[in-house]
Amino acid sequence: METPLTQNIRPGQPPLGIEDYMKAGGYRAAHKALTTMSPADIINLISQSKLRGRGGAGFPTGAKWSLIPTAELPPTTHYLIANADEMEPGTFKDRFLLEGDPHQLIEAIIITAYAIQAHISYIFLRGEYHMAQRRLQQAIMEAAAKSYLGTDILHSGFNLSIHVHTSGGRYICGEETALLSALEGKRAVPRAKPPFPQISGLWGKPTIVNNVETLSNIPHIINNGANWFSNLGLGEDGGTKLYGASGHVRRPGIWELPMGTSLRDIIEIHAGGMKDGYELRAVLPGGASTSFLTPEHLDVAMNYASVEKLGSRLGTGAVIALDQKTCPVGMIRNLEHFFAQESCGWCTPCRDGLPWVEHLLTSIESGEGEEEDLEILQQHLGLLGMGRTFCAHAPGAMAPLASGLKYFRADFERHIHEKHCPWSEK
Amino acid sequence: MSTAESNSGLTPTEHAHIEMLSRHYENKRSACVEVLKYVQTRYKFVADHHLSEIANLLAMSRTELESVATYYNLIFRQQVGAHVILLCDSVSCWIMGRDKLCAHLRQHLGIEPGETTPDGAYTLLPIVCLGHCDHAPAMLLDDELHGDLDIKRLDELLPLPTEPRL
Repeated sequence: METPLTQNIRPGQPPLGIEDYMKAGGYRAAHKALTTMSPADIINLISQSKLRGRGGAGFPTGAKWSLIPTAELPPTTHYLIANADEMEPGTFKDRFLLEGDPHQLIEAIIITAYAIQAHISYIFLRGEYHMAQRRLQQAIMEAAAKSYLGTDILHSGFNLSIHVHTSGGRYICGEETALLSALEGKRAVPRAKPPFPQISGLWGKPTIVNNVETLSNIPHIINNGANWFSNLGLGEDGGTKLYGASGHVRRPGIWELPMGTSLRDIIEIHAGGMKDGYELRAVLPGGASTSFLTPEHLDVAMNYASVEKLGSRLGTGAVIALDQKTCPVGMIRNLEHFFAQESCGWCTPCRDGLPWVEHLLTSIESGEGEEEDLEILQQHLGLLGMGRTFCAHAPGAMAPLASGLKYFRADFERHIHEKHCPWSEK
Repeated sequence: MSTAESNSGLTPTEHAHIEMLSRHYENKRSACVEVLKYVQTRYKFVADHHLSEIANLLAMSRTELESVATYYNLIFRQQVGAHVILLCDSVSCWIMGRDKLCAHLRQHLGIEPGETTPDGAYTLLPIVCLGHCDHAPAMLLDDELHGDLDIKRLDELLPLPTEPRL
């Protein structure tokens, strides 16, 4: 089984420096791309590979890049932004890549920037990732010393500089247009689309924003081709995926596996199943903003389309396990607290709706809920649904709530009828 | 720390560093989060007079900069302790028992989340998912990430200076 994204990563040890990274085949793809391929060749190759965004939305990467205007007169500045603002609860895949193999990301940025003709790239890093920051800055220095960054890289005439921008800690900055606002030194509020960032992005210039895991695939596709990439996956989606598992599983962790690996394999084989005394009740398959799946869904292939067919999303591929000893209402209250706190406050349904949802869940969890609270929660699924809000934050917040009300209805009702949390006695 | 209580301004060295940070961007204000964080590393928090001075340097209004500063979890507009404890309160850590750890810290430190110990040693704050979910519960102690926390480990990491030594 091939694990291109994590082949150089040795957990608990420092990442490869540039010499060792090159000995392991690193920067070969940058050579190939900048000296033998045109930007259009690269975009075509990535489109053929059918690589889809690994940040959660799954947008085809080649299609995103191909919206960048070419041959503008006069030439316009383009920007490439690596979205390293990982903050989806339960998700720890980008940190693994950033800390484990920073040169892989730097090489990916060089190739991608060349493909979209960007001469400045920002790595938008969440402020809490201190070790990743140190390691990225070290890798950038090493790459610059080897002339992989700077002017006339590999005598191709292509110039590039990379800056690590460390954020101040706010979930919505991971939304690509809010990220642009943040980079411009404003409150990180999402923007209307269109215009899309590819046309009018950072400081009004054409801009591509790609997730760290998405970018990390690029050097490997350049080296090995589109078919190789497609064949790595088990179904229609190609490549590998970093899947994680947390909660009361025996071996919480992160694994690079073929895209489309079953949820059962992730939980039972890689995470070792549930700890003794714990039974699996449900999972969030891809972070906090995905809908619950239950044990009857365990055989789902963890790719975009298959998880969507069950009414959830692949999201970040970070599986969070809910066990029978944990209160589902308490878990959903925790999730909605996060979303309420992290709402940017720009649009009313999200700003006012999410705190109200959290308030109702807190009442129910503490035994003060009433039957009609469930109806009000149910109404919020529509009021905060897709199309009612400015961005996808509130609709994402409704995913675990909607599925929770469906699968754990009896548990909600027990809280209300028994006037306390049945799990609080343990 | 010496200037945290006084109203003295930023030093020439700090001005030079702020100028350097703002060169990474098409306009100066884009550096404002990094500048706020830089000033915070020097003075532990962003005082009112520093906020005004930064706004001037970055050609922003004070209100604009305040609207950014108050937006972010990691920018402190009030004095914090010598060490800042950021205890994750997101879902994986919650499942793995972060509430019990928080209750212990409240008792151990004698403060509520959002408060600083009277001796100025620790500030306790909640933080969103730290991306350390396979080692939940987790916290950041200043810039250091710690996982697989339990009460014993917390006590080791957060000694109380007033406790009599055995």
